Amino acid sequence: MIEIRNLTRLYAGMPVVDDVSLTVERGQLLVLVGTSGSGKTTLLRMINRLVEPSSGRVLIEGVDTATLPAHLLRRRIGYAIQGHGLFPHRTVAQNIATVPRLLGWPRARIAARVEELLDLFQMDPAAFRDRMPHQLSGGQAQRVGVARALAARPDLLLMDEPFGALDPLIRAKAQADLKDIQRRLGTTLILVTHDMAEAVALGDRIAVMDHGKLLQDDRPARILTDPATPFVADLIGTADRALRLLSLIPVGAIAVPGEAEGAPIAPGATLRDALAECLWSGRSALPVEGGGVVTLDALRAQARHP
Amino acid sequence: MARLQPPAVLFALIGLAGLALPLVQFKPNRIVPGEGVGLLALPQGLAITGAVAVVLIAACAPRWPAALRLAVAAAGLAGVILSLGAAAAHLVPPGNALARVAPASGFWLLLLAFGLMGTDAVNRLKPGLALRWQMLAGALALAAAILVSGALDGVSVMREYASRRDLFGREAQAHLALAFGSLGLALIVGIPAGIAIFQAPRLRGPVLGVLNILQTIPSLALFGIMIPVLGWVAATVPGAARAGVSGIGVFPALVALFLYSLLPVVSNTLAGLSGVPAATRDAAIGLGMTRAQVLAQVLVPLALPVLLAAVRIVLVQNIGLAVIAGLIGGGGFGTFVFQGLNQTAMDLVLLGALPTIALALVAGIALDLLVQGARRVPA
Amino acid sequence: MTGRILLAGAGLFLLGFLVSPASFAPLFQPFTRNNAPAIYAQTSLLSLTLSHLAIVAVAVAASTVVGLALAILVTRRAGREFLPLARTVTAVGQTFPPVAVLALAVPVLGFGTGPTLVALFLYGLLPVFETALAGLTGQPPAIIDAARGMGLTPGQRLWQIDLPLALPLLLAGMRLTAVISLGTATIGSTVAARTLGEVIIAGLLSSNTAFVLQGGLVVGILAVLIHHGFQGLENGVRRRMGLE
Repeated sequence: MIEIRNLTRLYAGMPVVDDVSLTVERGQLLVLVGTSGSGKTTLLRMINRLVEPSSGRVLIEGVDTATLPAHLLRRRIGYAIQGHGLFPHRTVAQNIATVPRLLGWPRARIAARVEELLDLFQMDPAAFRDRMPHQLSGGQAQRVGVARALAARPDLLLMDEPFGALDPLIRAKAQADLKDIQRRLGTTLILVTHDMAEAVALGDRIAVMDHGKLLQDDRPARILTDPATPFVADLIGTADRALRLLSLIPVGAIAVPGEAEGAPIAPGATLRDALAECLWSGRSALPVEGGGVVTLDALRAQARHP
Repeated sequence: MARLQPPAVLFALIGLAGLALPLVQFKPNRIVPGEGVGLLALPQGLAITGAVAVVLIAACAPRWPAALRLAVAAAGLAGVILSLGAAAAHLVPPGNALARVAPASGFWLLLLAFGLMGTDAVNRLKPGLALRWQMLAGALALAAAILVSGALDGVSVMREYASRRDLFGREAQAHLALAFGSLGLALIVGIPAGIAIFQAPRLRGPVLGVLNILQTIPSLALFGIMIPVLGWVAATVPGAARAGVSGIGVFPALVALFLYSLLPVVSNTLAGLSGVPAATRDAAIGLGMTRAQVLAQVLVPLALPVLLAAVRIVLVQNIGLAVIAGLIGGGGFGTFVFQGLNQTAMDLVLLGALPTIALALVAGIALDLLVQGARRVPA
Repeated sequence: MTGRILLAGAGLFLLGFLVSPASFAPLFQPFTRNNAPAIYAQTSLLSLTLSHLAIVAVAVAASTVVGLALAILVTRRAGREFLPLARTVTAVGQTFPPVAVLALAVPVLGFGTGPTLVALFLYGLLPVFETALAGLTGQPPAIIDAARGMGLTPGQRLWQIDLPLALPLLLAGMRLTAVISLGTATIGSTVAARTLGEVIIAGLLSSNTAFVLQGGLVVGILAVLIHHGFQGLENGVRRRMGLE
């Protein structure tokens, strides 16, 4: 559990992060959203003490991070950034092995871990282990950056705009993969982005920041349906919030017994997918794989502002 | 023009001019003015001249592959140098110690023509790094073989060498010690200084300002100023004299060269470190490296190519400037150059100047290859 | 701002020293021994300075004209074949030590100003050629495209686009050449050229540090002034083009 208590950072007397308190449960994925200059990155960097707080505390599993030497603290916390920051003079394997080597793991254990991580990120170890970063595509480099952050099995992973340098198609896949890996490993993850769509797609919880202040901290559905301030509402954008809301719920959750014509839809697909399919095929109900139907009326009810 | 290869035409023109001008200058003794002797006046001169002319003109055809051009250029260079030796052997009667044979304009132009042809061929071949190293080694081996073979022993530079073999060895050592010693000192002091001003930006202006001003002092004056300054240090600072500090001999030259070398080393260290992407540094710190680890494992390896570039600049510059040490009694090849200038003995000047140029050239090429090798890793 | 004041001060000091060297004798007296003269008086320092500057100016002007002409030549269609060769020759040529070039020029040109001029010219050719080449080949592709798209002939492109845009870099090359030449010219005095090296060498021969210092000081201040003069010019040109 990560507890952020009254964290403040001043630059030249001006607060960049202003008295922010937050708690992230173990295994949770929290997304910090805000425009540039909102203080979200500074808040993130205070957690691994790349920026020292002016006041306030960060507790990890009850231990005040200020009591640990900064570099030892950082070796326990994974860190991945935009543009990946891979070391250009080291191979993929050496990059991933950075923290295990700093921690003095035995050679064989490091090699096995590198293998395991490359497999996890669907990169063939034989083909990628000895490549240099400049020989990787953007998506591959990003995955190696995350693998490097996860190498020493950190309990906490910090990510700053990790998908910022990727083009939209690769980005969607990378987001889905990250979410999947985070679920499987049970890692606590705090991720910074300026993109509300990304926040909604990834977050168990979303914290919205502006001008150094925490405006709202809640489940994505609540942020969408019940924005705390006009600024949060602006950030969500009013045009497609109904669709975003639908994208949070799987079809299985609102399926009811019944029969319908045409090709079935998977229960794991989102309501947004179901709506699109209804409109495209002109049907008012879709059969769900494994039984039941989802109806257009039910979709409408879900999308309506509560 | 379209059917000829323009650079080859230039080489041919230079080479033909070289054939038309005297290959060597012959003097019955050191005092009388010399006379030019062309290749034609030598035994088989007509055949050699004709062959060289034909090859130079034939090479203008665009079809010639670069490898063939390179072979021709290498053969040409070796041939021109060997003809110089042959001319000396032919012109100087056996047992005559007074007659002198020095290379003249024709020799230099032919050398230039084949040198350019070889350079152009290497450019077109685009050889890999390993092959370039082999070429450099091959050229050095060929040059050494010609010198050792005795084919040039009749040429007056080599006769000057023969009469001062021991001295030449000592001055060569002194020259190398000056050039490499000052480089070593500059690296020992300059790299930490560069790292320091990288980490403390406030110091950058003053440090680089002082080093810049040092560069504006003409080398001749800096060498001269070092003599009294170091003499004073040796006389007043306790233990300095025992540590080798002295106002005479090699020490002032060493210090002057060291001071000139500081700016390239310090500023390139700074540039190399500053050139490391911010994301890379951020990642290194964020992953939990200590300051020393960030420096040793990330910053310095990535700054290495820029640092090696500074080594190249400094080494080539110091090999050249070390000549001036000869003027203040610091030794090195400059001793021969300035002795020769004083006595208007040009063969002696050559004995100092040619090894200096060769040394600078080889050092420059070798370090260029090293820099390229270092760059290839991080691309 | 303090930089400018220092610069102006150095310039005034130099002017005063050259006009009336004798009044600065007390300043240099501490560096002499055995009642040796503090100020070099065999030749007027002013005339030596002017001769030094003239040699440098002629050499730099010649290197600029020839270096620029060569750079233009190898960037035209007819000269393209020479471009890689020219680059290599430039790089290799710069490894030739100026002192050695100077010494080698003596047998051909005899003692005096000649070999110094030739050595400075040859040595200065390289930086000018290199920077002119960088200026002429480093234009942003969009500008070249636009110029061609508007129907400029290659000649018009050279005069109206390439050369003006290359000007700041060319000036930087001239600055480099001028500063290097200024220092190297002192060595010319070893082959009897009339430069400030004469003062320094006289000091070296008679172990008179005052001479070495004043020779070095004059050349050093000249170098700083010329460096900043060219830099001012470069900045002016850049500003006018909106590059800064």
